Amino acid sequence: MSANGNAGRTLPWALVTPALGWTLLFFVLPFLAMGFSSLTAHEGGGFTLSNYSQFFANPAYWRAMVNSLQVTAIVTLISVLLAYPFAWILAEQVPERWQRLALMLAVLPFWTSYVVRSYSWLLVLAQNGVINRALTGSDLFAEPVQLANTRLATITGFVHFFVMLLTLTIFANLKQLSPSYRKAAADLGAGPVRTFLHVVLPLTLPGIMVGAFLTFVLCIGDYITPQILGGNNELLMPQLVMMQIGRRGDFPLASALSIILMAVVTVAYLACARWLKIERA
Amino acid sequence: MSINMKTTNPFSVLKSHFRAACAATALLATGSLAQAADLNALIWCDHADPALLQPFEEANGIKVNVKEFEGTGAGLAIVEQSQPGDWDVMVIDSIDIPRGVEKGLFEPLPEDKLPFADLFPQVKMDSSTVVDGKRYGITEKFGYNTIGYNKTKVDPADMQSMAALIGDKYKGKIAIYDYYLPVIGMAALAIGKKTAELTEADLPAIKDELLKMKANAKLVGEVTASQTALATGEVDILVGGGEWVTAGLAKENPALDFSIPKEGAVLWSQSLAMFKDSGNKDMALKFIQYIMSPEGQARLATSSCYWGMPANSKAALSDEQKTILRFDEQPDFLARAQSYPAPNADLDKKMQDVWTEMLQAQ
Repeated sequence: MSANGNAGRTLPWALVTPALGWTLLFFVLPFLAMGFSSLTAHEGGGFTLSNYSQFFANPAYWRAMVNSLQVTAIVTLISVLLAYPFAWILAEQVPERWQRLALMLAVLPFWTSYVVRSYSWLLVLAQNGVINRALTGSDLFAEPVQLANTRLATITGFVHFFVMLLTLTIFANLKQLSPSYRKAAADLGAGPVRTFLHVVLPLTLPGIMVGAFLTFVLCIGDYITPQILGGNNELLMPQLVMMQIGRRGDFPLASALSIILMAVVTVAYLACARWLKIERA
Repeated sequence: MSINMKTTNPFSVLKSHFRAACAATALLATGSLAQAADLNALIWCDHADPALLQPFEEANGIKVNVKEFEGTGAGLAIVEQSQPGDWDVMVIDSIDIPRGVEKGLFEPLPEDKLPFADLFPQVKMDSSTVVDGKRYGITEKFGYNTIGYNKTKVDPADMQSMAALIGDKYKGKIAIYDYYLPVIGMAALAIGKKTAELTEADLPAIKDELLKMKANAKLVGEVTASQTALATGEVDILVGGGEWVTAGLAKENPALDFSIPKEGAVLWSQSLAMFKDSGNKDMALKFIQYIMSPEGQARLATSSCYWGMPANSKAALSDEQKTILRFDEQPDFLARAQSYPAPNADLDKKMQDVWTEMLQAQ
């Protein structure tokens, strides 16, 4: 065997080792630690499955998962519906020379603290906030409408945060799309709507799915927004996890709930990957 | 299902390795621990106020490194993930001092070097701060989980009874403070139970009372959210909020006030404790003495994070500050207040489950 052959086999491993080490140190090991923690008893240590059985036996815990999935699904759907036209306008309608500025404006909200943005939304949606003042001031409503401290407020905050993330992924996908596809469709007699539905949309679905998955992951694991905007009128999974830690320091139960949350995200990823037929790539 | 394998099971071994790793990470993250001569304090946000810390730092030529935490569980977890000696002093719920003592964390305090004689007698909390005849904590600040309200929007006479919280008159105008222990304590008082005598058998009735409160509530919020809701007029009443909410906002909104209803209120109390493994015990004691001094007490009581009654009755508060804190009424308030519920681990878990059900109720 030649020296070049050995080097050819060694080099890829050398290149991939830092990434593997990083993943091992900051994902695999913490995950294993959390997994072990979830199998220990809060009081006295020892192996137990009770942390998992509590989740399945307690309807209030189940309800937190249902709430999380409902909120996440709604946020993802609305974000996609808003982000796609926005990305299309950015990619197709905004002149090239203005696109960079438009993109910078699109990511501008990310420069502000997540907490500050949530509290800002709370003030906007509050009883004395901008929206309610406009509604009551224009005589549309005699009394202020409850907007803050509701699921609607949580969804509004989330959509504001994630729609730009989705816009960027879809925009990248649209920019990669060769104009020749549209020209070919037009040559074959397809109008703009048919071209969009049968050519552009299917070809940009990977971008939509990647963005939607990112939105799903970030949304289902977020603690701050539902805590500030939801008014704790319903619990979501991250809030349930935090409740176990605050006073009682029940890290095993918090770990078990986190593992369950992670399992849901994994299922979502597998569904997404299967749908996109990533395994064939 | 629980198998006790504490000494030999691999989970315990892994757990200890995990804690050691976390401790290393915590030390890296808390760059503030770099100077050994500094004082390292685990604190609540009121102790992070520079107006409180600077005079002590300047007088002693040291830096007080603070790390904020919320909730005893989270605080004790930080300690467990640290190396012995990393921390010098800790602020902790007075009722949770025995949890720290049980874990072997705290050093007995020298009673003769602290102003115990000046403390309001009811807040010494001997049942919690004294363990096996030794005092491990000194109450520094206290107050009441009770009813905070806007007196221009609410009839103050209605706020003299907790019955108003479950009636129709203020439906949708109420916020509930998001901490299960004091609010469960208030629900217990509302149905005529004593907070010190709560058992599992009381939980169904307490849950019913909580559900009635929830049905009237617009939100269940932590400190900032509930304070914001009251300040912005989103709600007019805060269940579980007392002077710690209204006093801090008194200058901006003098309409905010609190009442101790006829059923009583739940006394909250925070203490200072010194770590057994502290390498800087002399400075730790000096810090505790400073916080308990009349000047330190006044600064702590009026901290920018939240106001509360100083435990030292000789706190150097101005007349205006005393008026806001309703200093002169304290003997009456204290006589009507009951202690924080102090459940054992099992009852604590069941109380939290009741609270979770209440939060999920529509």
